[in-house]
Amino acid sequence: MHYNTGYHREAVPLVRRFVEMFRDAEAVCVPSASCVAMMREHYEMMAEADGDLKFIAEVKSLLPRVFEFSELLVNCLGVEDVGAAFAHSVTYHPSCHSLRMLHVGDAPVKLLRSVRDLTLFELPQKEQCCGFGGTFAVKNPDVSLAMLTEKDACVVQTGAEVVTALDNSCLMQIYGGLHRSGSQVRTMHLAEILAETGGAA
Amino acid sequence: MSIVVGKTSKAPDFPVAAKAALKNDQLRRNVHHATNVIRNKRALRVEEMPDWEQLRSAGSEIKAHTLAHLDHYLIEFERNCELAGGKVHWARDADEANKIAIELIRHYGGDGPGVEVIKVKTMTSDEVQMNHALEAAGIKPIETDLADMIVQLGNDEPSHIVVPALHKNRFEIRDIFRDKMEKPELTEQPEDLTAAARGYLRERFLRTKIGISGANFAIADTGSVCVVESEGNGRMCVTLPDVLITLVGIEKVIPSFADLEIFLQTLPRSATGERMNPYNSLWTGVTPGDGPQAFHVILLDNGRTKLLQDEIERETLQCIRCGACLNACPVYRETGGHAYGSIYSGPIGAILSPQLQSLEHSRSLPYASTLCGACYEVCPVKINIPEVLIHLRGEVVREDQKTLSGKLSAENIAMQAAANIFLSHRRYEAAQRMARIGQTIFKRDGQLTNLPGMAGAWTRSRDLRPIPKQSFRDWWKSREKKDGANA
Repeated sequence: MHYNTGYHREAVPLVRRFVEMFRDAEAVCVPSASCVAMMREHYEMMAEADGDLKFIAEVKSLLPRVFEFSELLVNCLGVEDVGAAFAHSVTYHPSCHSLRMLHVGDAPVKLLRSVRDLTLFELPQKEQCCGFGGTFAVKNPDVSLAMLTEKDACVVQTGAEVVTALDNSCLMQIYGGLHRSGSQVRTMHLAEILAETGGAA
Repeated sequence: MSIVVGKTSKAPDFPVAAKAALKNDQLRRNVHHATNVIRNKRALRVEEMPDWEQLRSAGSEIKAHTLAHLDHYLIEFERNCELAGGKVHWARDADEANKIAIELIRHYGGDGPGVEVIKVKTMTSDEVQMNHALEAAGIKPIETDLADMIVQLGNDEPSHIVVPALHKNRFEIRDIFRDKMEKPELTEQPEDLTAAARGYLRERFLRTKIGISGANFAIADTGSVCVVESEGNGRMCVTLPDVLITLVGIEKVIPSFADLEIFLQTLPRSATGERMNPYNSLWTGVTPGDGPQAFHVILLDNGRTKLLQDEIERETLQCIRCGACLNACPVYRETGGHAYGSIYSGPIGAILSPQLQSLEHSRSLPYASTLCGACYEVCPVKINIPEVLIHLRGEVVREDQKTLSGKLSAENIAMQAAANIFLSHRRYEAAQRMARIGQTIFKRDGQLTNLPGMAGAWTRSRDLRPIPKQSFRDWWKSREKKDGANA
């Protein structure tokens, strides 16, 4: 949030904090594609701008151990079926950063296809941004809403009961519009669906 | 030196201008339709290229190399252009460029009133507001690109780099033609509109002695200039007049004729979804008895050298003005080009305009993006536009923080507080607890629908789920306790 909004100086201590917390971890699983994109695209650059050699080295050593949730399961662990069951129809919104920065490809779809009783509906114009964009949503609320209205119309058009994604920020935006317009479509993070075991959702 | 980029300095902030644009349903329908058509055509023409990614990389590398040695290639271009009979002029800014153009037109066309010049589409001339300068000097510029002509006749501003009248549909164009060409019977049939434009333009092509063009490429090793276009008006403008004046931004130079091999594949596919432009005009100096007998090139800086100093900013100058980023941008698709308050609109405009002009005139532009990355994905010279946007946002914030009002702004205070909270789990948990209590007064039917301050911009049009009773951290801790008890 800080770095993307232009608060570059303020973002550096947050990177240091992240490194301190996770430097010894074998793997770091992040349930947000846009957070992982921020780390991969900018952390090294931020550390280099800071100039502390030890800090740079630690960032470089930690980054290869940071994974987005679906990447970790499918690409690293080779798991597609986590044993989940979810008797609902679902549509998947490939968030911009998962799609265009992390290139997670069909990893999330593979996971969803392996969920028992789940019906997956293709989202029209799925690659279009939902209009969240961090502080964009409040700095440009009218454009953000116009983009959201298109996204939510596509979601509703699928007839799915649930819309899912790898980013809670996008889901917060999509939910905000759906709920305001009185839609019954629910938003769930992919991890929440994979945690379902077939009881009442 | 005063840097001018279209009319940016008078433009309202992007969110304000965008709000007005969003209310114009006709405009939004036109922009959606046009960008969809071009986007789909582009996708088809790119998918059929097995070496597209290599072409992008090659284009990017050629441009990056040229920019790193720009002084060398500009001087090489000047030398070769003049050896072939052209004359090169150097313009520091818009005023200088316009002054040079007016002096040349006076020299060849005389001092009398009503000297006409024909123009082939050049964004650079819009950047320096050349038409206004010419008109003020009593010279009549005639735009010959169909869309530019529509914009000029309608007293409008371009809304797209490649298709400047994209915001108009054929009914609106018919009305402009009916009015300005005095053809009250004209229909909105594309054939009729084209015939009207053709008749109007043909007459002017044949009688006008001075032409003004831009350039897609200026080639250093041959001194040649290249213009690509679809309508043939460019070919007319660069061959029929006695005198040709070409305005070129200094970043348009490429080292070698052979480099066109890359760009003549990527530019048309990216710009209009064509495999090749219908007209590719290349000319070198003056050829006795054939084409213009006097040829002048104005090399324009207008803020560009300033960008060379910074590695991230410099990338912006790689742009070949294909407009693919505009068609791909979900923000541009909602607002159209005018909301950007600059002749360079969309993602490339959001980084180019604030850098050419000093930031204060267009500081809202770096924020006119969700950083979704669609622009970077389609860029044929791989400009990492999101990266440059973030870089420029950094400059905006640093400038703001130098002033007292900037320091005390709600945004700055919120960002400082948030950074402080994120640095300590105790503060983070305390903030969560406080928010959980604080939010109760804003809850309606279990939702947050009317928050104060900056968050109000969210809840005006969107609901927000309240912070749940149990946070992830609490759940994780209780889970560990349970596991511990079971062990």
